[in-house]
Amino acid sequence: MSVLIYLIPLALLLGAIGLGAFVWSLKSGQYDDLEGASHRILNDDDENNLQ
Amino acid sequence: MTESLSNAVVMVEGLHCAGCIRKIESAFEKDPDIETARVNFSNHRLYLVWNGPQEKVETYIKRVQNLGFGAYPFSPDEEVELKKAQQKRILLALAVAGFAMGNVMLISIALWITDIDTMGEGTRQLLQWLSALIALPAIFFSGQLFFQSAYKALSHSKTNMDVPISVALILTTAISLWGMFNHQEHIYFDSALMLMFFLLVGRYLDMRAQGQATQAATDILGHLNETYTGINSNGDKTEYRVSDLLPGMEIVIEAGRRFPVDGIVVKGESDVDAALITGETLPVNIEKGTNLYAGTINLSAPVIFKVQKIADESVTEKIKTLLGQATKNKSTYMRIADRAAQIYTPLVHSLALITFVFWLFYMKADWQTSLMIAVSVLIITCPCALGLAVPVVHVLAIGKLLKKGVILKSGDALERLQKITNIVFDKTGVLTTGQAQLMDDYDQDIFKKAASLALHSHHPLSKALVKAYDGETAEMTNIIEYPGKGIEGQYKGRVVRLGRRGWIAPDIENDNASVQTWFDDGHVQTPFYFSDSLRNNASETIKYFKSQNIEVSLLTGDKKDQANKIATQSNINDVHAEKLPEDKFDFIENFSKQNKKSLMVGDGLNDAAALAAADVSMAPSSAVDLTQDTADIVFMGDSLEPVKATYKIARHSQKMVKQNFTLAVVYNVIAIPFAMGGFVTPVIAAIAMSASSLIVIANSFRLNRVQL
Repeated sequence: MSVLIYLIPLALLLGAIGLGAFVWSLKSGQYDDLEGASHRILNDDDENNLQ
Repeated sequence: MTESLSNAVVMVEGLHCAGCIRKIESAFEKDPDIETARVNFSNHRLYLVWNGPQEKVETYIKRVQNLGFGAYPFSPDEEVELKKAQQKRILLALAVAGFAMGNVMLISIALWITDIDTMGEGTRQLLQWLSALIALPAIFFSGQLFFQSAYKALSHSKTNMDVPISVALILTTAISLWGMFNHQEHIYFDSALMLMFFLLVGRYLDMRAQGQATQAATDILGHLNETYTGINSNGDKTEYRVSDLLPGMEIVIEAGRRFPVDGIVVKGESDVDAALITGETLPVNIEKGTNLYAGTINLSAPVIFKVQKIADESVTEKIKTLLGQATKNKSTYMRIADRAAQIYTPLVHSLALITFVFWLFYMKADWQTSLMIAVSVLIITCPCALGLAVPVVHVLAIGKLLKKGVILKSGDALERLQKITNIVFDKTGVLTTGQAQLMDDYDQDIFKKAASLALHSHHPLSKALVKAYDGETAEMTNIIEYPGKGIEGQYKGRVVRLGRRGWIAPDIENDNASVQTWFDDGHVQTPFYFSDSLRNNASETIKYFKSQNIEVSLLTGDKKDQANKIATQSNINDVHAEKLPEDKFDFIENFSKQNKKSLMVGDGLNDAAALAAADVSMAPSSAVDLTQDTADIVFMGDSLEPVKATYKIARHSQKMVKQNFTLAVVYNVIAIPFAMGGFVTPVIAAIAMSASSLIVIANSFRLNRVQL
């Protein structure tokens, strides 16, 4: 049973990473312009995104 | 970098594709002053941050305009921003609840399937504490959405769906905490989190379904900050803002600009696009003495224009006032889910209370047991199924409609749509496509020459002429375009001209009122007539509505004979022509006075007030922004069929919603006695709860099988 000491925190950590990633993407406005994103992918050059 | 940062939001008109985004953003990229330039395609805004004073925004706006887009300074509408923030908040709450639910469930399974003998006291306590550690912050954070709304309702001594949810959440959490400290076998954090998660899903779907509604309501206001060149009596020029224009002033309106206020042309000839006001999409000739409404766009040549009304009294403002009035007058529609909640809430509360009292006093149970059984009644009555009954169906309906090219903007539009008794169509742009189509037959030789010359012009009528012609074209030389008049060229050494009647054939008598362009081949002057063609499936759609016993009317600002012609073609008997925006508004208002439910389908700014007054409204995607904005539903394409499809979906989805409620009620009727009897263990409660939600979802998916 002592393996739980590692496994439960590990499971929680993995979940927390996922949650953190979602919160980050939400906060950084990645859900603000869903329509635009589907158009932007058609732009060839990436200078724009490197700013 | 000692200078301070400034920022602005610019509304951009004419964004269509990836190229447009690129074009605008790259125009700012190389500028060292610009920190950020980002186009938001969904709401047609450009967000700018730059080093330097705020005034520089003018030059940036000019830069966007020079790229060929309409650009106006824009101050964001607070309401829209608020709604967006709310949506983000729900999404965040949902993510936290989902995370907590998953992890607590993981732990709870261990707690459910073993007992104290296999697990040992220490492990069980560890797992229980862990659950609490995850669940408490999550419930505190995500539950706020329900708690706040419930508190608000209670403090106004009202009740809503959030009240029993909040009570259930808080009681379940409290009991679980108490159980944990008192070494009880079962704790219920998983139930609480699951309840919260499912309800948040429903809430989010619901929000999405109505979220798109208010996008661009303020867009038209952006124009008020534009400046126009005024000409003083001594010939001097001054720049005026639209809000500073006074009656009697004379201003220059260049080609491509909007007439900012109502007034009259004093000099020059041109064509205008009056679609914003009248819905008429074919260009209209204007000359000295023509009265024009604000919002009309000048197409071909600059004219001098005398202001007759200030911006606040112009027709666009009047329409906006009517709009405001319509929104106020609109009887507050009560959604079926809210009506269900109204019955459900007190019922569940009293049942739980009865259960508690029954167990405490009649069965002589201790207060913890009694309370727990009462809470299990609250949980098992499953607001999940009720909470999902409407949103799931709506989201599916929205998806299905989207495939048909229909965008649903307000969440309860489908509910309102299935009750309609009357349907009212606007003519131009709704029953018809709003595109010019050449009528009649013409002499082949003249037609050939006219089409060949038309090839060199961008005028909509010229384009329609070329489109109708399908032979070889002749070569034209020395092409000269006369803005506002027409186009001239040479064919085999002879001058040929195509353009407005007043330029080509001012002396010829002609009383044909159709939209026309004239051609002069050096000998004879020939008129070409254009008309607007009926949308595909228009008469089928109207036939369908008639077969459903819905009265169909035609309501238009156009002349009687033109309205009658379209009405005959599309099989409508009830025709009302030559109506002003106010008349349209009154016509629709009349329906509600007679207790009839109306659907208005319109596209011009002149329809906006009527759309807002109607019980439910639709607009084609070619409609002006404000009208699209007012409409509950927007449809795309050249066909009128989406109107029929939407009505069908509305009928079916309403049926599904009712079935879902029935299922939820049946489930409750079975489950409640068990819960009140104290037979429900946490596992059973969890399974029953999920099962009822799944059944509701599964039933909703039957909507996909509806044939359109």
